[in-house]
Amino acid sequence: MQYLYALEQEAQIFLTSWPRGQEVSSIYVGGGTPTVLVSEELEQVLAVASAFPRASTIEWTVEANPGTLTLDKLRVLKAAGVNRLSLGVQSFDDTILTFLGRTHTGAEAKTAWYNARQVGFDNLSLDLIYAVPGQSLTSWRQTLKEALALAPEHISTYSLMIEEGTEFGRRGLTPVSQELDLAQYEEAQAVLQKAGLCQYEISNFACPGFSCRHNLVYWYNEPYLGLGPSATSYLAGERRTNVRNVSEYVQCLNQGRLPVADRESATPELARAETVILSLRLREGLSRRRFRERFGQDIGDVYSEAIHRLTEYNLVTMDEDSLRLTDKGLPLANQVAMAFLPNNPS
Amino acid sequence: MTSSIAYVRNFCIIAHIDHGKSTLADRMLEQTGAFSAREMQDQVLDQMDLERERGITIKLTPVRLTYQAQDGQEYKYNLIDTPGHVDFSYEVSRSLAACEGALLVVDATQGIEAQTLANAYLALEHDLTIIPVINKIDLPSANPDMAKKEIEEVLGLDPDSAVLCSAKTGQGVSEILEAIARRIPPPQGEVSDPLAALIFDSKFDPYRGVIAYIRVMQGSIKVGQQIRLLATGKDYEVDEVGFFGSDFIPVPELGPGDVGYLSAGIKDIQDARVGDTITDIDRPVAKPLPGYRHLRPMVYCGLYPQEASDYNLLRESLEKLQLNDSALVFELETSAALGFGFRCGFLGLLHMEIVQERLEREFNVHIIATAPNVIYEITTTDGEVLSMDSPAKLPPPNEIESFAEPFVRGTIIVPSEFIGAVMELAQEKRGTYHNMEYLDENRVVITYDLPLSEIIFDFFDLLKSRTRGYASLDYDYLGHRPGDLVKLDILINGEPVDALSLIVHRERARQQGRNLVERLRSLIPRQLFDVPIQAAVGSQIIARETVKALRKDVLAKCYGGDVSRKRKLLEKQKEGKRRMKQVGNVEIPQEAFMAVLKVK
Repeated sequence: MQYLYALEQEAQIFLTSWPRGQEVSSIYVGGGTPTVLVSEELEQVLAVASAFPRASTIEWTVEANPGTLTLDKLRVLKAAGVNRLSLGVQSFDDTILTFLGRTHTGAEAKTAWYNARQVGFDNLSLDLIYAVPGQSLTSWRQTLKEALALAPEHISTYSLMIEEGTEFGRRGLTPVSQELDLAQYEEAQAVLQKAGLCQYEISNFACPGFSCRHNLVYWYNEPYLGLGPSATSYLAGERRTNVRNVSEYVQCLNQGRLPVADRESATPELARAETVILSLRLREGLSRRRFRERFGQDIGDVYSEAIHRLTEYNLVTMDEDSLRLTDKGLPLANQVAMAFLPNNPS
Repeated sequence: MTSSIAYVRNFCIIAHIDHGKSTLADRMLEQTGAFSAREMQDQVLDQMDLERERGITIKLTPVRLTYQAQDGQEYKYNLIDTPGHVDFSYEVSRSLAACEGALLVVDATQGIEAQTLANAYLALEHDLTIIPVINKIDLPSANPDMAKKEIEEVLGLDPDSAVLCSAKTGQGVSEILEAIARRIPPPQGEVSDPLAALIFDSKFDPYRGVIAYIRVMQGSIKVGQQIRLLATGKDYEVDEVGFFGSDFIPVPELGPGDVGYLSAGIKDIQDARVGDTITDIDRPVAKPLPGYRHLRPMVYCGLYPQEASDYNLLRESLEKLQLNDSALVFELETSAALGFGFRCGFLGLLHMEIVQERLEREFNVHIIATAPNVIYEITTTDGEVLSMDSPAKLPPPNEIESFAEPFVRGTIIVPSEFIGAVMELAQEKRGTYHNMEYLDENRVVITYDLPLSEIIFDFFDLLKSRTRGYASLDYDYLGHRPGDLVKLDILINGEPVDALSLIVHRERARQQGRNLVERLRSLIPRQLFDVPIQAAVGSQIIARETVKALRKDVLAKCYGGDVSRKRKLLEKQKEGKRRMKQVGNVEIPQEAFMAVLKVK
């Protein structure tokens, strides 16, 4: 398959100039569903990742669709060194799954989960969706209950976003009321917290020690390398996005060129704002010390006016160590984020 | 020139909107060869893009045609086109005063409509010879006999004098040209009498200053002559006179009966007012020509730049528009909600819409327009009478003794099946029944006295929709009449928003207040706190709604692949916030200020 060959070539470009001693601390194979590949192809993809020098403590996650995750593929993943799976369960309510256009059922999701456990995966995450039109608070409660019965190490709960240009946007769906959306959000917070899963990010909950280290890199606004069509990287302060089109991607690499479609170097102002906005997604918030080390200024000085105003509205709180969203601010993070964005988009 | 006065014909074309006035003018230009084929473009007389698009004439553009009549004589025809909208009826009346005859165009498929009636009466008042023209006879649904019958029964004109035509195909146009020579009388006036010329329009030319369009009634006017404008009392020396072809064509002199233009170093269009009389300084006429009236705006609204930084651009654009539009007035206005802008006065709603549209299109200024209002007369408790062009300028309620508002007599022509619907609407709009007459078995003319303030909102739209588009409307100003009016204030988060105030009838204040706060609730986005929206008369709250506080506004996912895209979403959201107007702590979108327009 030409695509997999191109992927290897892209990795090779980076590997040839890889700094001696530099180890990869986390790998995430996802975006789309890698498990649609047949076992042999999956092995090839995993081999690309294994070519990078890995830290002994590596967190290696693969995103999996319950409908395509066979026992055979689970064994391939395990053998390659993958130690974490993220299952796109979405819901255990089959009406909701049908509405979302998912091909698996709640029962199939559970089977996939037990199979993963059986193969020996001891760090499993599942994705759930709420604020789906037609989804009652009761249905959502039931899904949370069934999810907890699987004793997951990690859960992501996403409010359904009906955006222009997406399939749901085209279906002309009316979003659920903010009140119901918030009620379902608070329900998840309460139920998961009680079961020992701590909220560490706006949409993410984990048992102690099981926060997704890979995603923390994004929220700390630290560098990462992305491979594949439309993958993005953040390297030396530059955001790169690869071409979307697969044949274009293959063509670039056949000619020995990097398949980059877009590069954007953030101004220091924008880099600061992004760091604040991304870090605030975390419950631990933005570390004032880390911000100072990175930008040479104190957050309280750079954004004094915004922080003052947001504090008045009880959306953020700041102490000596960090700037954090309050319980009220967490579901209103966009309102907070806008206050930190520079006025003129660069 | 004076020797040929017997072969001059001054006339205009009057019609209801869409009855084919401009198309007929085009055909006449074509058949008399006034324009070369290259210059000929459909509806040459309507020069502005906007006029072309809307299919209506706003500005009068006269033209001279040369016609070889069947009697072997060559005639000079001065065709004066007239605007077809009630907002501009004063200009129509001045154009008529410059003519001896009028072609009254009636659509053979529609018959007489409200403006046909209004214009025909106006022409009769000016003693013009009317040649009825029944147009669009090529259409399958044409009913020339019905049109003839209406011309006879409603207007009292000889139906046999009507010329049948199709301006589209050109059929009948030569008969019309011939009828003008035969039936319309030549102008009167002695060249030896003192100069009296009527200004019936004027335009601004960046190189020559104001160019006045004139009709010489008596005496003559030539280059170098010292003239006086009687209404303004200002004196000038004539630079140039001439007549209208496809361009301005200078001549040494204009004599009695002539229609042409004049330039005399007049800098400001306000100094060459439509209806004013031009005379000679050394040998003036004893009194001005009749009918002059200083044009007063009937409708006012606030115009504000969407971006505060566009204030100067807006001012300059209004100044430029005013160069060619003496009816447009404006003065600085400050709103707590909208910042610096202008209070602008217009002849009517169409005039207002045209100005707003030209600002956006020709000058590229993005504006917020507040709801239009009429001029109210207020008698204070001290007995002083004040004219108010803005609700914001009203004295406090306890200082107001009484209110008076402008009334109009609305003439509505409608098929008889809609009589009930029209009456119901007129009552809703506080109308007082005046009269009803049958035009024929099927159509009636209904007249109601109505407050102008009701007409400037949605009266015409409602009339059209409730009569399936059949009704036509025209109205005449009647003067101010006392009314039980109050100022309706809107408070957002406890603060009165000046730009949202309205003057309404006391009995309807509650209903309008309720409608307005409901609309505002749906237009104002949720904020970080509950935002009460209240309607109040004086200190009494008469309606209230609440925009509930924002509960959830967060991106569910934000991972590596998404950072740029998500940031752009936030930037877009922030830009939307920035475009809103800040009133106290509340962000109000610009559409909210237009909400008042939609209140029933």
